[in-house]
Amino acid sequence: MEVSPTRRLWMALTYVLLAVTAILMLVPFAYLVCSAFKTNDDVFRSTFLPAGEGLLGADWSRLTLDNFRRLFTEMDFGRHMLNSVFLASVTSILATLASAMGGYALAKFSFAGRAFFTNFVLAALVIPAAVLIAPTYQLLYWMGLLDSYAGLILPGIAPAFGVYLFRQAMINSVPNEVLDAARIDGAGELRIFFGMVIPLVRPMLGAFLLITFLGTWNNFISPQVVLQSSEKFPLSVAISQLKGVYSQDYALQMAGTLVSIAPVLCLFLLLQKEFISGLTSGAVKG
Amino acid sequence: MNTIVGRSRWTPLLFLAPFIVTFLLFTAYPLVQSVNLSMHQTYGPKTSTFVGSGNFTQLFSDPLFWKALGNTFLFALGSVFLQLPLSLGLALLLDRPSVRGRLLFRLIYFSPSLAGIVFVALLFGPIFEKNTGLLNVWLNSWIGFDLEFPWMERHVMTGLIVAGMWMYVGFNMVYFLAALQNVDRSIEEAALVDGAGPWQRFRHVTVPAIRPVAGFVVLLSIIGSFQLFELPFVLLNNTAGPDNRGLTVVMYLYQTGFEVGDLGYASAIGWSLAILLMILAVGLRLVLRRYED
Repeated sequence: MEVSPTRRLWMALTYVLLAVTAILMLVPFAYLVCSAFKTNDDVFRSTFLPAGEGLLGADWSRLTLDNFRRLFTEMDFGRHMLNSVFLASVTSILATLASAMGGYALAKFSFAGRAFFTNFVLAALVIPAAVLIAPTYQLLYWMGLLDSYAGLILPGIAPAFGVYLFRQAMINSVPNEVLDAARIDGAGELRIFFGMVIPLVRPMLGAFLLITFLGTWNNFISPQVVLQSSEKFPLSVAISQLKGVYSQDYALQMAGTLVSIAPVLCLFLLLQKEFISGLTSGAVKG
Repeated sequence: MNTIVGRSRWTPLLFLAPFIVTFLLFTAYPLVQSVNLSMHQTYGPKTSTFVGSGNFTQLFSDPLFWKALGNTFLFALGSVFLQLPLSLGLALLLDRPSVRGRLLFRLIYFSPSLAGIVFVALLFGPIFEKNTGLLNVWLNSWIGFDLEFPWMERHVMTGLIVAGMWMYVGFNMVYFLAALQNVDRSIEEAALVDGAGPWQRFRHVTVPAIRPVAGFVVLLSIIGSFQLFELPFVLLNNTAGPDNRGLTVVMYLYQTGFEVGDLGYASAIGWSLAILLMILAVGLRLVLRRYED
């Protein structure tokens, strides 16, 4: 097939623009990785790798693991990482379960008050987070839940957004006939939910689990407000404290940032197929 | 949906219970209480005095609040008028089926939004440094930009727009890519046959098809921008920076509520922000509706 020269030029231009943007997007990550393995002096002296005679014109022998050693031995980052893993796992599992249950009730049962509760969920979607910060803090104080993980986890257990998302997904992807047939066969409601409904919305479940995991992992303001003792801090709060104390030690900061970002990036890369198919299945069937 | 075979009418309510309980306790109650709080002056969570509308009148003549609002507004303008057109541009480039490696490009552009804002704030600390920072070094070698340009000391909001762009341009692009699926290829081809140029095709075929999603993205972008907090707060070592140049509305709320300890004034700031966002949302709807007619 004949391709006209103008069209070829357009395609070339497109690729140049796409590639330049891709480089601009990746450069901060490259900078992060390089800086994390350098001494702080070298962070100020060279942009990426320290200059030298080795491969790629870099002096590889000047790279160091010392930043990571300090993070995990002096700054207890192993602890903070476990805290983040714990908080993000528990919150995302409970939030996904409660959202799926709520969405199921609204999508597949007819009962008095269903319209009321559906509107309830929609109204909750538009409440701005900023107005809830101060009164929630006061409430947690009264409940004695300040400086506890319960105070962080409980408010996030059943997000209206999740209930709505699962309602939309279940309306079409869970056939009523299957549910009725199971009931006639005498299956209990819990068995129907866990044995039949949950497998039918598996892609959505995976996507939502991942979204809430990322959201909790990256959340800063809630743990910053609720937690007081440093041994309970997740990575987000621990690293902002680290930046306050070692404000000029960029090598240490970059190592801490790398340690905090790498797990979620890997998780996303591993699960991205699930993630994207879940999002689109929700969008198409909703 | 209407068959009832041996199940209690409590079943759906039991399934809904976790949502209802947490909603009542951690959303509905705080919502009511925040109205109440906004009419009090407090010192910590315990002691409070009723001040009526005093917090709001004080807020109106509070220079720090206006400063915070101005800074936040600047960031929102940058997000809507610089970042979103770029997102749309990238989506248009990637939307053509003849482009190879689309999935890889999309993944690369999207990846910065996975890193949490706090971590991005740390990453941009050394990038914004004078003399040695990546941004100044590069800009200097390309266009002779001032190596001493003080991003964090004097131009922090401009720097934040740059950082925000890196973080979210690909995220918003994904929405536009989804919206472009709504463009009817046959209409586009018909326009091409009729001799419509690229701009005419964009204006009369693409824009009408993506308008609903575009409106939604603009709204999300405004709401997100007005919640700006962690990026300047952590970048400036848990402060608002010199001369409060990095102060945002939510940061002012945080400082008032949790550094000063006045949860009442903080709630008043929260409500002011909420009302402002509602006005912006309604205004945006009106503008979009006008275009539809």
